Amino acid sequence: MTAAVTAPDIDYLAVAPMLVVFATGVLGVLLTAFAPRTARHRGQLPLATAGLVGALVCLVVVVARGTHTGTTTAAGSIAVDGPALFMQGVVLVLAILAVLLIAGRRGEPPPGEALPLTLFATGGLLLLPAANDLLTMFVAVEVLSLPLYLLCGLARTRAKVAHESSLKYFVLGGFSAAFFVYGAAMVYGFAGSVSFPDIGAAVAAGGANRPLLLTGMALLAVGLLFKIGAAPFHSWVPDVYQGAPTPVTGLLAAVTKIGAFGAFLRLFTVVFGGAEREWRPVLTVVAVLTMVLGAVIAVVQQDIKRILAYSAVAHAGFMLLGVVAASRSGIAGTLFYLAVYGFGTLGAFAVVTLVRDEAGEVTRLSSWAGLGRRSPIVAAIFALLLLGLAGIPLTSGFVGKFAVFSAAVAAGGSVAVVIAALASAVAIYLYAKVIVLLYFHEPRAGSAAISRPSPLVAVVIVAAGLVTVGAGVLPGPLLGLATQAASFLQ
Amino acid sequence: MGFPWLTTVGAVPLVGSVVVAVLPRGADRLARRVALTFALAAVALLAVAATGFRAGEPGFQLAEQHPWIPRFGISYGLGVDGVGLTMVALTAVLTPIVIAASASTGRGFLALALALETAAIGAFAATDVFLFYVLFEAMLVPMYFLIGRYGGRSRSAAAMKFLLYSLAGGLLMLVAVIGLYVVSAQQLPQGTFDFPTLAAAVRDGTLRLDPVTERLLFAGFFVAFAIKAPLWPLHSWLPSAVTESTPGAAVLLVGILDKVGTFGMLRYCLSLFPEASEFFTPLVVVLSVIGIGYGALVAIGQTEIMRLIAYTSLSHFGFITIGVFAMTPQSQAGAAFYMVSHGLSIAALFLIAGFLISRRGSDLIADYGGVQQLAPVLAGTFLFAGLATLALPGLSGFVAEFLVLVGTFTAYPAAAVIAAGGVVLAAVYVLWLYQRTMTGDLRPGNEGVTDLRAGERWVIAPLLALILGLGLYPEPVLDVIEPVVAGTVQQTGVATPPEAR
Repeated sequence: MTAAVTAPDIDYLAVAPMLVVFATGVLGVLLTAFAPRTARHRGQLPLATAGLVGALVCLVVVVARGTHTGTTTAAGSIAVDGPALFMQGVVLVLAILAVLLIAGRRGEPPPGEALPLTLFATGGLLLLPAANDLLTMFVAVEVLSLPLYLLCGLARTRAKVAHESSLKYFVLGGFSAAFFVYGAAMVYGFAGSVSFPDIGAAVAAGGANRPLLLTGMALLAVGLLFKIGAAPFHSWVPDVYQGAPTPVTGLLAAVTKIGAFGAFLRLFTVVFGGAEREWRPVLTVVAVLTMVLGAVIAVVQQDIKRILAYSAVAHAGFMLLGVVAASRSGIAGTLFYLAVYGFGTLGAFAVVTLVRDEAGEVTRLSSWAGLGRRSPIVAAIFALLLLGLAGIPLTSGFVGKFAVFSAAVAAGGSVAVVIAALASAVAIYLYAKVIVLLYFHEPRAGSAAISRPSPLVAVVIVAAGLVTVGAGVLPGPLLGLATQAASFLQ
Repeated sequence: MGFPWLTTVGAVPLVGSVVVAVLPRGADRLARRVALTFALAAVALLAVAATGFRAGEPGFQLAEQHPWIPRFGISYGLGVDGVGLTMVALTAVLTPIVIAASASTGRGFLALALALETAAIGAFAATDVFLFYVLFEAMLVPMYFLIGRYGGRSRSAAAMKFLLYSLAGGLLMLVAVIGLYVVSAQQLPQGTFDFPTLAAAVRDGTLRLDPVTERLLFAGFFVAFAIKAPLWPLHSWLPSAVTESTPGAAVLLVGILDKVGTFGMLRYCLSLFPEASEFFTPLVVVLSVIGIGYGALVAIGQTEIMRLIAYTSLSHFGFITIGVFAMTPQSQAGAAFYMVSHGLSIAALFLIAGFLISRRGSDLIADYGGVQQLAPVLAGTFLFAGLATLALPGLSGFVAEFLVLVGTFTAYPAAAVIAAGGVVLAAVYVLWLYQRTMTGDLRPGNEGVTDLRAGERWVIAPLLALILGLGLYPEPVLDVIEPVVAGTVQQTGVATPPEAR
C-alpha cells in the first residue's frame, strides 16, 4: 500500500476495543430501559466488566499482531501506534477498576445509567489518543466529555453540589470545546487539511501563513490544557472534583487525564513537531505555572477531595515537562507517569469513598484525624498511595518523576526541573500533612471512621497499592513497555 | 561475585521489621525480643562477612551487582570500602542497642527502627549513585514516623520540619543526580550511575565537566548532605527533632542518619566533583569553623539536656566536615574515624540522658542536681560519655579530634586553631552539664531517681567498651579507613590535570 492512498476500509480488529466498549454501553442502556427491575441493577456490573475485559482481550490481540510501528485505519482518521495502544491498555485497566469502584460503593448504589455512561466515556477515551485528525479528536473529546458531565451530577445524596459540579464542568467544558473548534478551523486554514500527517507536513514545510498556525495552535492548546487541568485553565478542577460523586471523581482524575494527555502528546510532539521552537517556551511556562500553583494552593485546602484535585493539577504540570522535552524519552516518561499516577489517584479516591460517618462520606480533613489508629490497614495503604503521589523513592511516583525530569534535563530544561523539584517539596509537605493527621493525631469523638471496603472496592485499593510499590521497586517492565510504545506514527 | 553478604545483612532487619509489624497487638515484650534477635543477627552476619574484608586493599569489596533499571543505566550495586564498612558496622551495632534501650515503645517503633537500619546499611553500602539516592530519601520515611509518632508534645511539627528540610535538599540532589546521568550519557559510551565507573571516568579524564556544570552538580549533592549532616547554617531542624523524639530515635537520627551526610560528602562530592570540591573548600571550611564555635556556644547556653546534646552534635559535625574538606590524609582519616566515634559517644549520651529524664520526668537542667548521690552508676557512665564527647585522651573521640586537627593544621592553620577552641568549649559544656545535674546537693524532686538497672547497664556497657577500646587501640578501624582516604585525597589532588602531574 502506498502512502498516498488510504483505502476507506476499516481494520475492524484495530478498532475492536472501541467497538466492544461502545456496544457494551448500548447494551447497558437497553438493560436499564427494558430489563425487569431486579436485573437492571444486578446485570450492569457483570455486563460492564465483561465488555471492558473483552475490549482488553481485543487490545492484546491487536498488540500481539505486532504492528508496533503503527498503521492507520478508517480512512486515516485513527492511528494505531505504540502510544495509542499503551494508553488504551491503561485506560481499559483503569476503567475496569473505576467500574468496580462505582458499583462497589457501600450504602449508595449507583443509578442504573452510571455504568453505561462510564462505558461511553471510556470509549471516547480509547478513541482520543488514537485520533489522527482534528475532527476525530474533537468527536472523541465530546464523546468522552458528555457522559462525564452527566456522571458528575449523578448523586443521590448531596444532589445540590453534584448538580453544581456537573453544570460547572459542562459550561466550562463547552467553552473549551469551542476553543478547540476555533483552533481546528485556523489550523485547517493554514494547512488545508484536518488530517494530522498533512498538517504535520505543512508545519514542517513552513507555510506562508504562520500567524494562522500559531493562533490555531494556541487555541487547540487551550482546549486541551483545559481537559488536562493545567494552569491557568485549571480553576474548574477543584470545584468539579469536590462536587462530583467520589468514584466519578476518581474516574475523572485518573482516567480522563490519560486520554487528554494522549491527544496533547500526539498533537504537539508529532503534528506540531515542526513548530517546536514556537510552542516549547510557552508550554514550559505553562508546566512550571501548573506545578507551582497546584502544589502551593493545595497546601491551604481543608478538604481531601480538593487536596487531591490540586495535586492532580500539580501532577499535570510534572507530566507536561515530559511533553515539553519533546523526545522519545520524554514521551516514554509521560506514558509511564500517566499509568502509575492513574492507579495511585484512583486508589486514593477509592479510600476517600470509605471514610464516612452517619451522613455519608466525610471529606473534611479535620475529621480524618487519627484514622490510622482505628483502621491501620486501609490507612497504611492510603499513606502508601500518598507517598506514591508525593514521589518518595521506592514508589511508582518517584520513578515517574525521575523519568520526566531526566528527559527534561536532557532536553535542556534544567531550570524548569529545579523549579519542579522545589514544587515537589511543597507537594510532599501537603501529603505529609495528611499522613500527620492520620497517624500523629488521636481520633476525636464524632470524627469519621473507615467503613469496611466491599470486596470490589478492596480490589481497587489493593491493585493501586500493588502498582505503587511494584512499579516503584521494579519499574523495569512497565518502563520498558512505555519506552517500546513511545514512538508515534509520523 | 560470591555470597551476597551485604544484601543479606541489609535484608535481615527488613525481614525483622515485617515480622514485628505483623505480631499481634499487645505482644510488646515478644516484639522487643524478636526485634533484638533480628538486629543481633545482622551484627553476627556482618561480623562473618567482615572476615572476608581485606583491610589495606583499596576499592569496593564484598561487591554485588545486578541490573535494576537498565534503561537508565541503574543497577542494584552494593559493596563497601573501609569507610563504608565501618559505617555499616556502626549502624549494625547501634540499632540493637537502641532497640534494647527503647523499653516503653511499642511494636511500631521497633519495626520502623529496623526498616531504618535496612535503608541506612543500604545507603552506606550502595555503589550505584541512584540506589544511594533512593535509600538516602527512603530513610526519611521511617525516621519521619519515628519522630512524629513517638516523643514529645510538638513532635509532629518537629517531624514535619525534619521532613521538609531533608526533602528540599534531597530534591535538589535529585536534580543533580539526573544531571550527572545526562552528562554521563553525553560523554561516556553509555549513561551510567555506577559509582566506580563514574569515579574512574572522572579520574582518568574521560568524563570532563565544564566548571559551571560541575559546581552546580556539586552544589546539588552538597546542599543535601549539608542539611542532613547538618552543617551550619542549615541545622535548625536538628534541635527540635532531637528534643521532640525519644532518646532511641535521637540516637538513630544523629548517630546513624546524619552520618550519611558526611559520608556522602566524603565519597560522592570529593570523588565525582574534585575540582568543584577544591573550589568550595574555603567556604565549607569557614562554615564548619562557624558551626564548631556556634554549636558549642549555644550548647553552653541551653537549659534542656537533650537540646544541649543536640547542639554539641552541631559542633562535632563541624569537625567532621572540616576534616573531610581539609583534604589531607590525616584530616580525612580523622573525619571518618570521628563519624564512628561520635556515633558511639552520642548514643551513650542520649541514652543515659534518656534514662535520667524518664526517671525524673523533666528535661530541664535546672530540675536536677546531686543525682550522683543516688545513682552513682548513672552519673559515672554519663560522665564517661561526656568525657568521650570532649575528647579525653584514651577515649575514641581524642583519636578522631587529634587527627582532624593535625591534618587540618597542615592545610588551614588558622581554621585549625579556631577549631581547637571548640575543644575547650566542649569541656565547658560537658563538665558544666555534669556539674549542674549530677553534683552538689540533692535538689528536691530528685529523690525518686534510681540507679541504672541491670538491663540498662547491659545496653550502655558495649558502647562504653567500644569508646574505650577504640581510644586505646584505634588501629583496626584506621587500617581499613586509610586506604580509602588515601585514594580520595589522591583523586582530589587533582585539581591539577593528569598531564601536569
